[in-house]
Amino acid sequence: MSADQVKETEKNYLNADHTIKSWLLTTDHKRIAFLYLLSVSFFFFLGSVAAAMIRIELTAPRGWLLSNDVFNKTFSAHGILMVFFFLIPAIPAVMGNFLLPLMIGARDLAFPRLNLVSWYLYMVGGILVLAAMVMGGVDAGWTFYTPLSSSYSSTPISLALVGIFLNGFSSIFTGVNFIATIHKMRAPGMTWFRLPLYVWSHYSTSLIIILGTPVVAMALLLVVLERATGVGIYSPEIGGDPVLFQHLFWFYSHPAVYIMILPAMGIQSEMIACFSRRPVFGYSFVAFSSMAIAVLGFLVWGHHMFISSQSLYLGVIFSLLTFLVAIPSAVKVFNWSVTLYKGSIQFTTPMMYVLAFIGLFVIGGLTGLYLGSLHTDVHLTGTYFIVAHFHYVMVGGTVTAFMGGLHFWWPKITGKMYSEFWGRLSALLVFVGFNVTFFPQFIVGYLGMPRRYHLYHFAPEWQIYHILSTAGSTILGIGFLLPAIYLTHSWFKGKKASQNPWGAKGLEWTHAASPPITENFDKMPIVTEGAYAYNAEADAAEALREMEAAGKLDATPEGEDWWNKMDESKDDEKEAIH
Amino acid sequence: MSHAEGKEPEVYFQYEDIDQQQDTYMVGMWSFMAQELLFFGAVFIIYMLYRVAYLEEFMILSNKLNWQLGGLNTMILLASSYFVARAVHRAQTGEMNRQVGWLWATIGCALGFCVVKFFEYKEKIGHGLFPNERFYEGYSHMAADGYTANPDIARLFYSLYFTITGLHALHVIIGIIIFGILIRLIKKKSKLITDFIPTEMCGLYWHFVDLVWIFLYPLFYLIPQ
Ligand code: HEM
Ligand SMILES: [Cu+2]
Repeated sequence: MSADQVKETEKNYLNADHTIKSWLLTTDHKRIAFLYLLSVSFFFFLGSVAAAMIRIELTAPRGWLLSNDVFNKTFSAHGILMVFFFLIPAIPAVMGNFLLPLMIGARDLAFPRLNLVSWYLYMVGGILVLAAMVMGGVDAGWTFYTPLSSSYSSTPISLALVGIFLNGFSSIFTGVNFIATIHKMRAPGMTWFRLPLYVWSHYSTSLIIILGTPVVAMALLLVVLERATGVGIYSPEIGGDPVLFQHLFWFYSHPAVYIMILPAMGIQSEMIACFSRRPVFGYSFVAFSSMAIAVLGFLVWGHHMFISSQSLYLGVIFSLLTFLVAIPSAVKVFNWSVTLYKGSIQFTTPMMYVLAFIGLFVIGGLTGLYLGSLHTDVHLTGTYFIVAHFHYVMVGGTVTAFMGGLHFWWPKITGKMYSEFWGRLSALLVFVGFNVTFFPQFIVGYLGMPRRYHLYHFAPEWQIYHILSTAGSTILGIGFLLPAIYLTHSWFKGKKASQNPWGAKGLEWTHAASPPITENFDKMPIVTEGAYAYNAEADAAEALREMEAAGKLDATPEGEDWWNKMDESKDDEKEAIH
Repeated sequence: MSHAEGKEPEVYFQYEDIDQQQDTYMVGMWSFMAQELLFFGAVFIIYMLYRVAYLEEFMILSNKLNWQLGGLNTMILLASSYFVARAVHRAQTGEMNRQVGWLWATIGCALGFCVVKFFEYKEKIGHGLFPNERFYEGYSHMAADGYTANPDIARLFYSLYFTITGLHALHVIIGIIIFGILIRLIKKKSKLITDFIPTEMCGLYWHFVDLVWIFLYPLFYLIPQ
């Protein structure tokens, strides 16, 4: 207790300095992570407003809120904000920034100033995109297919593209920073195969970022050039090939879906190990599956273009490769399941999100295989089936893991505990709301509802699915709004968190205070064991020894600690078996 | 490495020692170079695809590019790469003054490159060959000079030519700015520059810009000859 009180007055990264300038010019990775947290939340909120407008519009077969034009601009805004300004940066730039140095035992990222530059690039990019939206909005979708985006659209597309271009370089700088950090900044004893799997996932993500992002940056830059100067590289009038843009775009944007999902999978591994008190099963398989995804992910872009005039033989090969890339994803899911099996599972809020992730990601991934097979894709492409598929992986996967991770590390980030009751409630709302929103979209998509349409008066019987979906999205919205409230509340009023409230392994828990000091560690850690040295029985024995040493064994048991409970339940199990 | 001017290299707080710091900077720079490679890779692929698709037209037009000026620029850039390598060497031995001299030589070459490029562009644009909507008019006057390729394809070719060489020229200009800043910081004895690493990083960048040209030159100017 007294140790805690002393800690309270101690300096940490949050109270090190209070001026606005100290925040805006900070090079502390934890503070930059915090700036990112605020900004990605802001863009997530704007993207959600656009989503709500789309859902409201779709409740009536002829629409009733938005004109054709505005509808196009609304779904474009939704896609652009969510993909480029939330999903791609969210986990790396918020959680990765905060955790990488802590997890590998470093005082900061390799290049703290570059880190700050990358936040500014992100903000400038975001402001340009918002400016484009205020100036009337862009209507070419988040995919910016040419020649719509290059010649036919008269909206401020160039401005938005420049914003996305800058944002791309923000990602690239983060990627460069992470690669250098993971290679060179590990604490003594932190070998590659002792790294938490979260770090592995960021290593592979950063590779994708630095190898993929420049290609899309170039692809988009050429669209800007064509609009601005008439120098048209994709222009069909002069023999250019508009489909070339799609190739370049998906060469990045398929790997980009792994930029979104790999860090989410990393978070999964951390939380599963902690809340089932077992090491992640098959550590090296999980680590290498991330690398396999990073490599194979670059070879499947053509599955977005099966009906685009690409040759049939190419289609067959891309289809085959798409099936191959599903294997490493499945490896992870199996390994998590085995980790859970016979684990001592604790149903905390992060664990609820873990389980939600597994369920939703499996559905998203399996429906991906429907889309990866040529013959089924011809029917399903361009329908709501696609919309449902990618929301199952991007919201059900990435956003769910982001929420889980935010709860898991919240005590570390803020030094405060959130309310478990509200946490679990919101996790439940997200899970239920999500399924009600997106499952009907599989059905209505299979029936033929095209994506990016706001009229379906030719098939009014679809209305019921759309209404279900809109109803579900309301629940989902509440599920996301609640954490914004109770987490903020806990920041000011929450119970103080101890250094390691979950009894987790990992340097950020075992060696750094909550919240950490500016230099991260009082004493630089030396690593002597692998990640996830969880061992429920050893925990219990240790606790027993400590209590003995403290002479507490005879005293009235001070509440039942979790390991006691666990032991009892094990005994119950044994009895039940006999 | 020796530190002739008695300045100990500064170790930033996140590193344990100078070796770790220097290694880390080089890993970071190489990762950034990987991204540059893919950035230019994208336009190289585009060029190759169109070249294969419209081989004959592209041959005619390539022959009309000024290979002498291109060759001159190749020599200039090769020389500059040598100069920058000397600069890095002097940075490693800690001879700041000589290092700055070699850096100035590099900048001189880079400026020379830009001047040559300027005249090359000026000639093409003077003939009305800038590939925007007004391209066709200028191009039609050039038929007598052997510009016999299909005008649409010609416009595509010049789009590629101006885009790709322009992007490269932009990198050259960025290089001039970077070297300028580097020299200034060295002169001011800034605490940002206490060892050879910044020079080595700029040098790496410059070699890359050079390398891009080494591929661009034959692709655009030479192969069809
Ligand atoms: C098991 C792995 C997966 C497979 C086999 C798969 C397969 C596919 C295929 C074939 C398509 C193209 C459908 C079409 O347009 O006709 C597609 C679309 C899409 N997928 Fe996946 N996918 C997988 C995982 C993911 C993940 C993890 C994400 C994101 C985190 C994702 C996000 C998307 C998106 C955003 C689209 C639609 C893009 C658009 O057209 O706007 N997918 N998927
Ligand atoms: Cu894909």
